[in-house]
Amino acid sequence: MMAVTSYLALGAILFCVGLFGVLTKRNAVMVLFCIELMLNAANINLVAFSKYGLHANQTGQVFTLFTITVAAAEAAVGVAILFALYRNRNTVKADRYDTMKG
Amino acid sequence: MIQVSGEFIAFFVVSCFVIGGAVFMIHLVRVVHMVLALAFSLLGIAGIYVLLNAEFLAVVQVLIYTGAVSILMLFGIMLTRHRDREEEGTRLWHSVISFVGVGALFGILIHTIYHTPFAGRTAEVEHYSTARLGETVFKKYVIPFEAVSVLLLVALVGAVILAGKERNT
Repeated sequence: MMAVTSYLALGAILFCVGLFGVLTKRNAVMVLFCIELMLNAANINLVAFSKYGLHANQTGQVFTLFTITVAAAEAAVGVAILFALYRNRNTVKADRYDTMKG
Repeated sequence: MIQVSGEFIAFFVVSCFVIGGAVFMIHLVRVVHMVLALAFSLLGIAGIYVLLNAEFLAVVQVLIYTGAVSILMLFGIMLTRHRDREEEGTRLWHSVISFVGVGALFGILIHTIYHTPFAGRTAEVEHYSTARLGETVFKKYVIPFEAVSVLLLVALVGAVILAGKERNT
């Protein structure tokens, strides 16, 4: 049988790869997509504890279902904001959006 | 010591897919290739859900993430300037500092995970079914379900307004 630590370690690896992508990618679309990867890493933890947790039951899967829904809404709004930014600044480079920089 | 079982082999193969897709996403240069690698990684996460007795979530993962969100991101890339490449070397120090910080966070996470005493029990997974999941959602969590449906509607309208043409005021 598999231990819960393997799934948690997979989630940690995915979260760190996503965080590195968010910090280093310059294309704003890829930054959004790396945030989705981090949300998926959190979802893996929720589902793993719904099978191996102390009071394990299917509620963990319900919670993951809601997380996926909210993440889909976030992706749609994020891409829409990106289109508005692209129309105004004519670039998708995340480090060019520096209007509010002091 | 981990015994080699069917579940272990399946977990090993699927997690290699997932981590491989994510690492390829970091290293590829063209943005469209990055989206393809990340879609592959998200498909592997559906396999992880199957291993964890969450079949309905696996189907939802394939539909929402590898289907809808990947296509949405491809739209986002195609409708903006997609011929750009990620330039390397211009921000070397930024990458190094990010790598050190993320590596430190990863070390702390792994240390915590492997030094926490978990219960080591497995739930009665033979009772897990899509029918029970649906009963839980529509009986116990019906108020959050309705709130999420309103949130989706608001997000849809907001996305249309944000992405639509700006009116001259």
